[in-house]
Amino acid sequence: MFIEAKQINKVYFDKNNKPNTVLKDIDLSIQKGEFVSILGPSGCGKSTLLSMIAGLVSSTSGEIIVDGKKVVKPGKDRGMVFQQAALFPWMNVTENVMFPLRKELSKKEGLARALHFLKMVQLSNYPSHYPHELSGGMQQRVSIARSLAMDPAVLLMDEPFGALDEQTRSRLHGQLEEIWIDTKKTIVFVTHSISESIKLSDRIIVMGTRPGTILTDITVDIPRPREQHRQEIAALEEQIMALLKTEIDKVIDEEQAYEAGS
Amino acid sequence: MKPAVKRIIFFAALIVFWELGSRFELWHETILPSPVSVYDSLVAGFADMTLVYDLVASFRRLLIGLVAAIIIGTGVGILLARSKTADETLGTLVLALQSVPSIVWLPLAMMWFGLGEGSIIFVVILGGTFVMILNVRTGIKNVDPLFIKAARTMGSNGLDLFIKVIIPASVPYFVTGARLAWAFAWRALMAGELLSSGPGLGYTLRYASDFGNMSLVIGVMIIIGVVGAIVDLTIFQRIEKNVLKRWGLET
Repeated sequence: MFIEAKQINKVYFDKNNKPNTVLKDIDLSIQKGEFVSILGPSGCGKSTLLSMIAGLVSSTSGEIIVDGKKVVKPGKDRGMVFQQAALFPWMNVTENVMFPLRKELSKKEGLARALHFLKMVQLSNYPSHYPHELSGGMQQRVSIARSLAMDPAVLLMDEPFGALDEQTRSRLHGQLEEIWIDTKKTIVFVTHSISESIKLSDRIIVMGTRPGTILTDITVDIPRPREQHRQEIAALEEQIMALLKTEIDKVIDEEQAYEAGS
Repeated sequence: MKPAVKRIIFFAALIVFWELGSRFELWHETILPSPVSVYDSLVAGFADMTLVYDLVASFRRLLIGLVAAIIIGTGVGILLARSKTADETLGTLVLALQSVPSIVWLPLAMMWFGLGEGSIIFVVILGGTFVMILNVRTGIKNVDPLFIKAARTMGSNGLDLFIKVIIPASVPYFVTGARLAWAFAWRALMAGELLSSGPGLGYTLRYASDFGNMSLVIGVMIIIGVVGAIVDLTIFQRIEKNVLKRWGLET
């Protein structure tokens, strides 16, 4: 297994020192090159789980192994894309993409690599723009290029398109799918949108909330490109909803808010 | 109407009213000299170079004091932001001292550095340092945690993270701190010069006052105000605006 989470538990203590279990007994295996979505209502700990793979958050018990190495801290083998693009405003687009490269590559090599990945996200015409001059969707594409430029073994994405409008999101879904096919990266994609997870992923890990547990693990075998298979998509959407009787209300509420672009 | 046009009309009206009031003796020339005599004394002051030497001397002190205040303020501000213990002890002292007008240090400064340059520059430094410290401290503490998380996933940590991410991310606060430090230092400089020896704008103001030359007093006051406004508008506000725009804090 390429990514392996073993018996992950996470307990927070709130202000009154009451224990609050965020993740309970999570076991998860992801293969190399897989596109896996982690789907669940807010509060199910899906983002916490992703941050643990990134090494930004530690677990209370259990361990995560990526490519044979135990995760103890963040590293360049795991690129992360956040809901906000998190570009550095004092750097232009190219400098942002070169940020993770500056120690291992010469300036010339770094520049060439940055331009290659900017081309991949179709932003090669904006090398010297500053983040505030770009739209939200463009910023997020720069952020994806920045993560890819480190050539990570796995790309972790935490609701990366959640803050974008519907048209932009739909376009970026297509671009991300192409990038995934081109680069063969392993992608772990956190979302609370059922349709987004079906559109993009090979596998959907459905999580329930309070405490966060894995409810089910669904393999999506609809052929790509998936837009041509609307019936299968609708059927799977219903299947996931049916599987999730207890969590469904929370998911639908969020789905509606998400589709409304809030 | 353009703001510049409005401004010109406003100031012209003000000067005309002032001149007319003097002509019709609404107030006496010794109490409030007319704009024409203020203008004459300014021309005379620049012609015999006294005001030029004053400006040079004042700016020299200001520049030394402000640069020192920004350097010390940045250093201490970083220390307070990074060390909890320093913040809880030294930070409290800084907060207390910040509310003390720096000019009240002058008697002590004169004991330590004598009547000349040293004590004025000391007061100027104190005037600018505390506000710089507090802004740098706030800037570093308020860096968006997302920037730090993102940088860590890209292999940055420790000193590299601090220099390449945290410091640049807090630049807007540094710029605001420097602007306020300049404003406080300029006021401290004038107060210090009033009470100390020349040359300098503040010294000439007191000298004119001792000789009852109210038109020169007003002339120096105008120079102080104009210099203050020009430096603030053309240097600090411009830099601040550019930085805020670049950092995405203002549209």
